Amino acid sequence: MANDYQYEPKNSLTKWLDSRLPLLRFTNEHVLQFPTPKNLNYFWTFGFILTMCLVTQIVTGIILAMHYTPSVDSAFDSIEHIMRNVNYGWLIRYIHSNGASMFFLAVFIHMFRGLYYGSYKEPREVLWILGCIIYFLMIVTAFMGYVLPWGQMSFWAATVIINLVGTLPLIGESLTQMLLGGFAVDNPTLNRFFSLHYLLPFIIFGVVLLHIWALHVPGNSNPIGVSVQGKQDTVAFHPYYTVKDFFAYVVFLILFCYFIFYNPNILGHADNYIEADPMVTPAHIVPEWYLLPFYAILRAVPDKLTGVLLMFGSIAVLFFLPWLDTAKTRSARYRPLYKFFFILFFIDCLMLGYLGGVVPEGIYLLLSRVCTIYYFAFFLIVMPVLSRYEVPKPIPIGISNPNLTNDMVATD
Amino acid sequence: MSDTIDDDKPTRRDFLYITTGAFGVVGAASVAWPLIDQLNPDASVKAVSSVEVDISSIEPGSFLKVAWRGKPVYIRRRTEEEISLAELDDDASLPDPQKDIDRVQKKEWLIVLGVCTHLGCIPIANQGDYEGWFCPCHGSHYDISGRIRKGPAPTNLEVPPYEFVTETLLKIG
Repeated sequence: MANDYQYEPKNSLTKWLDSRLPLLRFTNEHVLQFPTPKNLNYFWTFGFILTMCLVTQIVTGIILAMHYTPSVDSAFDSIEHIMRNVNYGWLIRYIHSNGASMFFLAVFIHMFRGLYYGSYKEPREVLWILGCIIYFLMIVTAFMGYVLPWGQMSFWAATVIINLVGTLPLIGESLTQMLLGGFAVDNPTLNRFFSLHYLLPFIIFGVVLLHIWALHVPGNSNPIGVSVQGKQDTVAFHPYYTVKDFFAYVVFLILFCYFIFYNPNILGHADNYIEADPMVTPAHIVPEWYLLPFYAILRAVPDKLTGVLLMFGSIAVLFFLPWLDTAKTRSARYRPLYKFFFILFFIDCLMLGYLGGVVPEGIYLLLSRVCTIYYFAFFLIVMPVLSRYEVPKPIPIGISNPNLTNDMVATD
Repeated sequence: MSDTIDDDKPTRRDFLYITTGAFGVVGAASVAWPLIDQLNPDASVKAVSSVEVDISSIEPGSFLKVAWRGKPVYIRRRTEEEISLAELDDDASLPDPQKDIDRVQKKEWLIVLGVCTHLGCIPIANQGDYEGWFCPCHGSHYDISGRIRKGPAPTNLEVPPYEFVTETLLKIG
């Protein structure tokens, strides 16, 4: 990384502080003056947007916990209490519930960005894996949070998901009982979910710090996928990207506010306004929209254990991406075949999302099987084969030099 | 102790390292166990283990749904036709082969846990392709003996432990 900037404390106070706790040095070198590729597009603003999402969820979540009661007798009522009695409780809860959706929307864009521009490739493998860990923790946290309102969907989502664990041979049943704290989803389950739902965001926060640390070793990737070669390729993070990030965040907030103020329940499910009833399953159980693709994969397989393994496998496969796609050219801009299969993969994910929400019978079942096969084929077949045989287009010599190279290898 | 140290031979210090390490591991595990075991079902959950049900009011062809250990149990009083239908299917191709007679104590009374063996939803009675149960979550069909016939569920509806205390009093659990 072409980091020529050196922090120089200006006065005696900052000099004194710098030799004891180099906080200003760190802020200057890693935030304000951090050399960032000058050609980043708006897809690179989602890191900042996601940080803001996490902060929003933590702040609203801490407030909600002040008014919520984690008990099967009063959890549902306490949510209504927040909605009706607590000052601005409705607003805080709607920010939190829609905030989860916005968080996932942003993380999906962030991940597809990485997939398109090859951000997971050498030397950013650890950065990518940390991102996958954050994503997995987000899913677990969101799932537990969804259980807390103790509506019908909360209860049955918890039942179905915890029963997934029961499919494991030998230890499945005792592990299920250990997670539930009983024989069915009940008060012990709700209490531990509340405890963990409060804990996990802080663990996510910790992994986010590692994620940023791992980002700051090689520096940002960029849309052409050619590494930064010198000072001419970068600009200081502040003000160039602080402004760009904030602008993107404001645009993001417009959509966020639309949901909060004009359509706060559109992303939820009406059945969750019915209190949990362990004796009645709703006619049509669906998870939140951001988990639908995985739900579709689960239901596509007739065998229970295989379905569960494929569902977890669909996330696990992401961890191995840097070793499945070994093509030297990072950006899909210069990989026409990869670009084609990537677009197909994007459509495939949207399809799976749709299929996760419909009854898995007839044509829908067939389609979810086809989409599931392509989902895995993209990672396990397309990526390794293309890495070996695809002939990439010539790439620019550098960020500041649009002339094309002919050796077609990303210069480091 | 000799003056020269033989690198190949274990020393007294190696012994101390290993025993200290071993004690540390055992100590950590014994402290961790209560922290893990508290997750398991507690005494109050385990205490509620059986229910008694008066079944005199159930008409033939109808059923009663009761709660046992927080889960629903279907008590179904089957008609002659339903029993013969269930027995007729004993030789059909079943994913989890079981004879109807092995699933009941009295042919008239079918008692099964109303928990889909797929992922734990509650199947709806008198629905599905086999006149038994249909699970709305992922589309498993059960027959009139509670056996899985179609869909993702791997096994038949579970038969809970039960006994007839009298002709009209059923004890589950």
